[in-house]
Amino acid sequence: MARAATTADAFNAVAEPRRRQLLDALAGGERPVNELVRVLGLAQPQVSKHLRVLREVGAVDVREDGRRRLYRLNGQALKPIHDWVQNYERLWSERFVELDDVLEDLKQEEDGDGGSHE
Amino acid sequence: MAEVTSSRKATVTLPTDEQILITREFDAPKELVYKAYTTPELVKRWWHANRGEVTSAEIDLREGGKWRYVAVICDGQEVAFHGEYREIVPNERIVSTEVYEGAPQPDGPEQGTLNTATFTEVDGRTRLTILVEAPSKEIRDAIIESGMEEGMQDALALLEGIAKSLR
Repeated sequence: MARAATTADAFNAVAEPRRRQLLDALAGGERPVNELVRVLGLAQPQVSKHLRVLREVGAVDVREDGRRRLYRLNGQALKPIHDWVQNYERLWSERFVELDDVLEDLKQEEDGDGGSHE
Repeated sequence: MAEVTSSRKATVTLPTDEQILITREFDAPKELVYKAYTTPELVKRWWHANRGEVTSAEIDLREGGKWRYVAVICDGQEVAFHGEYREIVPNERIVSTEVYEGAPQPDGPEQGTLNTATFTEVDGRTRLTILVEAPSKEIRDAIIESGMEEGMQDALALLEGIAKSLR
């Protein structure tokens, strides 16, 4: 289902479920590679391959700390995706705020006349 | 305002290239959420998303039955969607097709999405998930882009007002 690792932009880079998992893991803060390997339960070369793709589009940054390589999320690179989905998300958010209203009315109807206590 | 809107925010994720997953929790039992989701007069009250008015909601809630929603959005433009119910498990799940009538339709079968709405109740609250499965990444992407409409700022202002009134 996932496409080959041709990744010109952030949209392609996050199309792969494992890479999204990596981004989720990094959302909590900077992490060394071995921790990411553990979180994903994949072999290190595969994890490194996914990290490289993410690095190429700027979705993650890496720095050396002694012998460790620490990865962190670079939210700015993912902003286009966020913005893109957010408008659609807003449409549904607005629908559902209205639906909340409808549900309040339905609950009151169910409670019947006046008996609004649980 | 930020807290109010985020607590009532729908979450949209893209599980695969062809899918959109919409998730939201409601403070009501699932029977009521299902009712609001499947009753024409009630759908008219929320489906407009403050971008206009739902002028028609037809729901023939049975497997093989058709549905069609029509809305007139703020600039006077009419938008319509229709589809067919494929699977109905009352208060649990609705699988239906959805076709945007404004989309270019090549010959052959209609290019729509397959939508699965699932109602799950936990402690009196209901989680609604809607999985939208498009026939291609292009159509999936076009659907997401359709969310970008003008008048967004007006809609946001309205949303804020409603959010406050709900407090």
